[in-house]
Amino acid sequence: MKKVAGYPDSLTDKQFHYCPGCTHGIIHRLVAEVIDELDLKEKTIGVAPVGCSVLAYEYFDVDMHEASHGRAPAVATGIKRVHPDKFVFTYQGDGDLASIGTAEIVHAANRGELISTVFVNNAIYGMTGGQMAPTSLEGQRTTTSPFGRDVKEAGFPIKMSEMLTELDGSAYIARVSVHDPKHIRKAKKAIKKSFEIQLEGKGFSLVEVLSTCPTNWGMKPLDAIEWLKNNMIKTYPLGDLKTPEGVE
Amino acid sequence: MEKQQSVVFDIERCKGCELCTAVCPVDIISMSEEINSHGYHYAEVKEQKKCISCGMCATMCPDVVIEVYKEE
Ligand SMILES: Cc1ncc(C[n+]2csc(CCOP(=O)(O)OP(=O)(O)O)c2C)c(N)n1
Ligand code: SF4
Ligand code: SF4
Ligand code: SF4
Repeated sequence: MKKVAGYPDSLTDKQFHYCPGCTHGIIHRLVAEVIDELDLKEKTIGVAPVGCSVLAYEYFDVDMHEASHGRAPAVATGIKRVHPDKFVFTYQGDGDLASIGTAEIVHAANRGELISTVFVNNAIYGMTGGQMAPTSLEGQRTTTSPFGRDVKEAGFPIKMSEMLTELDGSAYIARVSVHDPKHIRKAKKAIKKSFEIQLEGKGFSLVEVLSTCPTNWGMKPLDAIEWLKNNMIKTYPLGDLKTPEGVE
Repeated sequence: MEKQQSVVFDIERCKGCELCTAVCPVDIISMSEEINSHGYHYAEVKEQKKCISCGMCATMCPDVVIEVYKEE
């Protein structure tokens, strides 16, 4: 019998602390599988955010650094500039990247830093108890928008990936989802491509991954998957948004 | 040769989210009566012979519970 699926080498054996059905875990596994496949384990330095994935450094079996809230791209910039031979990635939530850390991600992308960002968009602040994020959907109920997000008052769901494509320093920007096995395979491909863009020295790369937060969306895991599929993708269309070769 | 186990669950890691059950094309994954030490009903496959080793369950699992084997 040949093993066709199993535990990636670049994850430690610690059990994730994520809630049941939280797709942060799928995204962790994909990142680890890509690190394995590109044989990057010994040269990788990851930067963990503040948010539910604050403990990512416990799970990736590579060198990791913690950053204060939103500052992962700035920390990663420093690491990459001092160690240009290392592979450097950040792993960040939408509260982290699209709110308090907006300036850091925009300027890292604009400078064309040779780092790769995995941007986990679950349309809410998970860790702190389900407050509205800049990415929350129009009408989405959260603890700070109990009647649904009113765009007249709170603005519109922010499309970070589209914004970042406009910057000359960004080389590869894609949006993917993890709501079914087919999309999970596509998500892995995009993460792999973004890592390769850094290895080839082409510029800044980012993959936005639409993700669930069953706990703070107040749903069972399977219902959260359906909600992502039926609601999030309409606001956040999937696909390659910018590649060095151009997009169709 | 009798077919060995194709899909193996590390039941102590399972959080009972059921995401794997929804993607199995032959619908053989169910939740246990028993609970693991964390208190979760874990995923299990009773009819191993029906497993086609497609790996979809492992692809979907957020907690890296599942190993899949295929006959060579
Ligand atoms: C400087 C600072 N401000 C605010 C917080 C509180 N805080 C912790 S996590 C978080 C948001 C997390 O949301 P997100 O980045 O979307 O990640 P998730 O938990 O959903 O994965 C906030 C506001 C903090 N830790 N530090
Ligand atoms: S609070 Fe939400 S994002 Fe955080 S671990 Fe739980 S389900 Fe995942
Ligand atoms: S490998 Fe495929 S057929 Fe076998 S249990 Fe998993 S999903 Fe079902
Ligand atoms: S997807 Fe994983 S954690 Fe969820 S029930 Fe299946 S085996 Fe358990």
